[in-house]
Amino acid sequence: MAGGGISSGGQGSDMYEGLGARLILPAWAIIGFFLVLPVGLMLIYSFLTKEFRGGVIWEFSLAAYDQFFFDRGLFGDEPPKIEWTYINIFWRSIWQAALATVFCLFIGFPTAWFIATRSGSNRQIWLFLITIPYWVNLLIRTISMKFLIRDNGPLNEFLLWTGLVDSPLHIINTNFAVQLGLFYSYLPFMVLPIYASVERYNFAFSEAAADLYASKWVTLRLIILPIVKPGIIAGCILVFVPSLGAFLAPDLLGGAKNFMIGSLIEEQFKGNAGNWPFGAAISMILLSMVMVVLTLYARAQSKEEASR
Amino acid sequence: MTRKVDLRRFTGFQAITWACLFMLYAPLIVVMVYSFNDSNSITIWGGLSLRWYGDVFWGPEAEKFKVAALNSIVIAVSAAVVSTAIATSAATALLRAGRFRGKSLSFVLVNMPLMVPEIVTAVASLIFFSAIGFTAGYLTILVAHIVFCIPFAYLPIAARMQSIEDVYEHAAQDLYASKWQAFRLILLPLMAPGIISGFLLAFIISLDDFIITNFVKGAGIETLPTAIFGSVKQGIKPNIMAISTLLLLVSVLFVTLSWLVGRKGQKQ
Repeated sequence: MAGGGISSGGQGSDMYEGLGARLILPAWAIIGFFLVLPVGLMLIYSFLTKEFRGGVIWEFSLAAYDQFFFDRGLFGDEPPKIEWTYINIFWRSIWQAALATVFCLFIGFPTAWFIATRSGSNRQIWLFLITIPYWVNLLIRTISMKFLIRDNGPLNEFLLWTGLVDSPLHIINTNFAVQLGLFYSYLPFMVLPIYASVERYNFAFSEAAADLYASKWVTLRLIILPIVKPGIIAGCILVFVPSLGAFLAPDLLGGAKNFMIGSLIEEQFKGNAGNWPFGAAISMILLSMVMVVLTLYARAQSKEEASR
Repeated sequence: MTRKVDLRRFTGFQAITWACLFMLYAPLIVVMVYSFNDSNSITIWGGLSLRWYGDVFWGPEAEKFKVAALNSIVIAVSAAVVSTAIATSAATALLRAGRFRGKSLSFVLVNMPLMVPEIVTAVASLIFFSAIGFTAGYLTILVAHIVFCIPFAYLPIAARMQSIEDVYEHAAQDLYASKWQAFRLILLPLMAPGIISGFLLAFIISLDDFIITNFVKGAGIETLPTAIFGSVKQGIKPNIMAISTLLLLVSVLFVTLSWLVGRKGQKQ
């Protein structure tokens, strides 16, 4: 129907036909000018020469990427060796983010399942309780975690009081503290997409499996997990991606020894190192990694949809 | 036929859910409790008191926190207003305007601030503002906040718009209302819960932001999170716990409001 076709409020409505381009313009202008353009400029900056007081000199240079991958000795005249410092920081960040994702999955899946199988109003309240902490300031949550787990903090006092440990557990400034902080920061991101998948799960499959004498855990492994897999993958990405570039958890809970990519980047702009092209290069490498993950995910999803 | 086993139940899942809830809330509750501690030390319990709340408002750091809080609120309100307006316009374009060129790319663009890691956005903004000679300060923070608030405002607005059929607007048009009148008098009032929800979420997101603000703020301008971060670098003091508790309550209040408004909208 031309012009006045009535449709449900879905994506097909053409009520304001012809105005689309004008209505989307503000979003294009703001995001294009203040996000897409800056990221483009950041790419250019990563190929410029550094200015010692911060900032750049407009001369093409590969120094930033060279510094990331190669060690040429103190005076830069030795034959290049692989520089492990930064690769190790990236590797550690990936590892920390992966562990945090696994923790989130092991706690998040049962939680999402439990919530999705509640009755209507109970379910809404549970969901609400899980999402509230996400909306509380991340800085405050991280400070709270630091306060709780420090050497003479409430957690250790409690453990000493119960007699479970003889001397305070040293948690703060360890890798585990960072994983705990990341887990705590992004746990709701794991629960919500899995919840959405489980909610759509048709329990007739479980009944069919039970009729054929499958135990519940076999049903979970062979029937349920493959069906809710898209939700699990979405949850893992939502936890892994922000964990990878996290700054607050490693900075406040990890201390100087447990550096992650976020702190490394921050140091190039805020700290004493003051190397803008290098900071821009690290950011570009991080962004490319995230984009690869997101593209793989989008591909897998469209394949899944095509196969349905 | 009745089944002996409940296929929805798995042993241990309920316990894990309670554990999950406990882990999410325990650190926050501990800080709330210790904010009422009448002691100079954060370790020793010295009885109940409101003295650190007094310290937040009248203590030596009160002036710093007051200015920072005011900055935070002004920026959050402005960013939320602008990003909500942009998101409403974008949602109308993407859900109500049929086909147009660049539509599928627009979906990606609107959600782009969610896909780029926050620290990367922070770096890119800092570089961009310094390159175009935009002096770091109030405006740089505001502009950066507007950008990343757009997708958060967009989500509840688009969800609401999708649930409203366009028959009402078409009926208005049949009765000789212009498109603008149909939008303003029919769609906008129906959209109110979604728009309020979007506004509140954008407000909270802006109020909470630390990383991007920390990069683009000029010297001397602080928002509440950057001021708190600055204080915590020298160690957690009792007044930080009081101010954290206050900020926590504000967040919970706003999210509860947003949730109630959204739920009311669904029931209609």
